[in-house]
Amino acid sequence: MTQAPILEIRGLSKAFGAVKALSDVQFELRRGEIHALCGENGAGKSTLMNMIAGVLQPDEGDILIDGERVSIHSPAAAQRLGIALVHQEIALCQDATVAENIYMAAINSRRAPLMNFQKLYADAQKVMDLLAPIPVRTRVADLSISNQQLVEIAKALTLDCKVLMLDEPTAALTESEAQRLFSIVRGLRDRGISVIYISHRMAEIFSLCDRVTVFRDGRYVATDPIAAVSPDDVVRKMVGREITQLYPDKLAPQEPGRLLLSVEGLCDGRRFADVDLQLRAGEILGIGGLIGAGRSEIAQTVCGLRPMTAGTVALDGKQLRLRGYGDAVKAGLVYLSEDRKGSGVFLDLPIAANISALDLSRLTGPLGLLDRKAEDRQARELTGRLGVRMAGTDAAVSTLSGGNQQKVAIARQLSVDPKVIIMDEPTRGIDVGAKVEIHRLLRQLAGSGVGVVVISSELPELIGLCDRVLVVREGRIAGELTAGELGEEAIIMLASGVQDSSTQRQAHNVA
Amino acid sequence: MHAEIKAAGAVRRINFAQLASMREAGLIVIILALCIAMSFASPHFLTWGNFRAMLMSFSIEGIVVVGMTILLIVGGIDLSVGSVVCFSMVVSGALFLAGLDPWTASLIGIGVSALIGAAMGFFVTVIGLNHFITSLAAMVIVRGMCLVVTKGTPLSLFTLPPAFKAIGQGSFNNIPYVILIFVVVVAIFDFLLRRATAFRKVFYTGSNEKAAQFSGIRTNQVKFWVTVLCSTLAGLAGVIYMARFGAATPTFGAGMELNIIAAAVIGGASLNGGSGTIFGAILGMALLSVVTSSLILLDISVYWQDMIKGCILLAAVSIDHFLHRKKS
Ligand SMILES: Nc1ncnc2c1ncn2[C@@H]1O[C@H](COP(=O)(O)OP(=O)(O)OP(=O)(O)O)[C@@H](O)[C@H]1O
Ligand SMILES: [Mg+2]
Repeated sequence: MTQAPILEIRGLSKAFGAVKALSDVQFELRRGEIHALCGENGAGKSTLMNMIAGVLQPDEGDILIDGERVSIHSPAAAQRLGIALVHQEIALCQDATVAENIYMAAINSRRAPLMNFQKLYADAQKVMDLLAPIPVRTRVADLSISNQQLVEIAKALTLDCKVLMLDEPTAALTESEAQRLFSIVRGLRDRGISVIYISHRMAEIFSLCDRVTVFRDGRYVATDPIAAVSPDDVVRKMVGREITQLYPDKLAPQEPGRLLLSVEGLCDGRRFADVDLQLRAGEILGIGGLIGAGRSEIAQTVCGLRPMTAGTVALDGKQLRLRGYGDAVKAGLVYLSEDRKGSGVFLDLPIAANISALDLSRLTGPLGLLDRKAEDRQARELTGRLGVRMAGTDAAVSTLSGGNQQKVAIARQLSVDPKVIIMDEPTRGIDVGAKVEIHRLLRQLAGSGVGVVVISSELPELIGLCDRVLVVREGRIAGELTAGELGEEAIIMLASGVQDSSTQRQAHNVA
Repeated sequence: MHAEIKAAGAVRRINFAQLASMREAGLIVIILALCIAMSFASPHFLTWGNFRAMLMSFSIEGIVVVGMTILLIVGGIDLSVGSVVCFSMVVSGALFLAGLDPWTASLIGIGVSALIGAAMGFFVTVIGLNHFITSLAAMVIVRGMCLVVTKGTPLSLFTLPPAFKAIGQGSFNNIPYVILIFVVVVAIFDFLLRRATAFRKVFYTGSNEKAAQFSGIRTNQVKFWVTVLCSTLAGLAGVIYMARFGAATPTFGAGMELNIIAAAVIGGASLNGGSGTIFGAILGMALLSVVTSSLILLDISVYWQDMIKGCILLAAVSIDHFLHRKKS
């Protein structure tokens, strides 16, 4: 170990206005290792990545590459140094094709005035196929969030880099895509590329990474070889306390109450058909399935966000006639979008305005004027309940860390006291501690008679949280699993349509 | 730890919430500085007569700026306001000449302007064109309609009854009605934009249309009504111009849209939607007006005036861009 680490951070600090995002942190990345970076939401992980990638400039401290001090004043400079970053938030050109996005950086640095598009498409497809068979001539805007995430990763893979940084790459992926990504990352490591890997999923970190560094409140806590620590140790270092119970207790069998939401024969003529779904008071219903199976589309159609061609939706025994999502909200049926940045939050608007957006009428006085005090009170109460780390309720949402933005989106759904709440990837990007709180909150809501539906790509979440799970495959309900039958294997089998579990495992290993 | 975050919060809050008012304060300082400098350069500048003239000149345009600002916040733009101002004026004038009483004629003029707005709103929300193209087409079409109605010659309206002309020419306690109307319109919409629930939806729609839809807001309705509002206010401005000039010229208001958009943008409205204030836009208008007046008093050729105004716009937008980049 005489060789200098490929990347070293010394005494780095960064403040945004008066918010100290990072103070005096250190970090060391060795050649050919996969190094996990852990910390709660707002601990400063993304801020550090952005500084290494030249997006932000440190206030103090040094970045050393191969033992030499460097100043990385722009993303282009980072690229020249062989540093690539997959951003936490998707940053693709929505109107360009997948191929153009993948080769954006390459196109940018080309000297030749003309592009060879045939070659571009062929090359891009080759890279893309490593991850998933997404046709590269599609416009990015037409892809689901998870597929956009895969494009974002593919983009980084084409860069000839020495250091690859992945900021929550799997937050939007399901198990099988994540497995493919892991084998690619392991392959990169074996070729001597060093990887920084950020994730809130402990299982991933422990199966993939070689060492782990923990940040807390913008400060460095510790770096350990993975073999020397347990997930509980890491969580304790992150949160500063013990987390004993990851998931709240489930319903006792036979307990669910009256029928809250009943969907029958729902079709949209395109993505799914003949969907039946029943939700009873007191239970948490999970919906699982592969990316592109149509889970989000079903949920959005139930809520009137997309048109339906056949079927009925009844809430609390009353048939709903929805002209739009606004009607659903009035009836007490709300939906949390999986696409935080695209349709979840208003980045430029204050936190308070973000939370109140769903139902302004409850904050409106008789003259049609908004009660700003009540708005602020509501925002303070909900952000307090969810533990949003923020400067104040009138700070713009863009100043929050990814996980905290997600909490604001959840706060908005809770602000209207819904009867049924459908959450699409509710804990995407949320840290271990906050996740426990949110799960407990959902269980409380269910206990108080609110219907809760959770769509999740994270199998442990479906299994740990839900009383019952519907699995969607290719636009149809492939099956239902009750609490007793729940297990990763069972869900994957239903989701992929593969009956034999050994073939299933093979499919994973091949990837 | 908690106290630290709280304290930090106090400071940041000032940064964010007052960014808009900082800009407004900045504009006020620039305007005052210009006024003081001009008062040395020209003895005529600091006279009530000159101020009145300046106020009068931007009061009527100021009404249009109000609508434009709200439209910019929702993420739209309207290039047709100059033509609509003129059409409202020409239609009311022609109806008056045809024997209608001027008040009814004016209401019809304003109503027709609202209809033009509704037509544009239809193309934007139902057909799905963007505001820029739609209003560009409307600008040309409506200008053509002005020429058709008047057969290309100005309508002389000196027979307008004095009670009507007073709107544009009379005053109350030495304050022209024009200025009073302007102040009332600005006050109402500034208040509504800050406080009314309906106008809050304008910000949501402009900030992130998809997120607004996912919050149950009918963004198409919002965009439609804001488009109508902008044209209606332009129509209102048109009839006030008619009362002021006692004439209706089919070429009036050509190029006005640029001045108006410039004022709103100098005042902090973003062309990407989601931000802007009416007070800021009016200050932008005031700045342009003081500059124009100064250039005239300094006897600077009209050829230079547009160039200088353009440079001011460029400077304002550049400063804004810089501030925003710093912020993130
Ligand atoms: N542009 C900004 N303006 C103000 N504060 C910011 C800005 N960007 C980040 N912050 C603050 O810096 C802190 C660290 O944020 P960062 O995004 O690095 O967190 P993170 O560790 O990546 O969290 P997450 O797990 O939620 O993604 C947070 O408190 C956040 O509010
Ligand atoms: Mg982050």
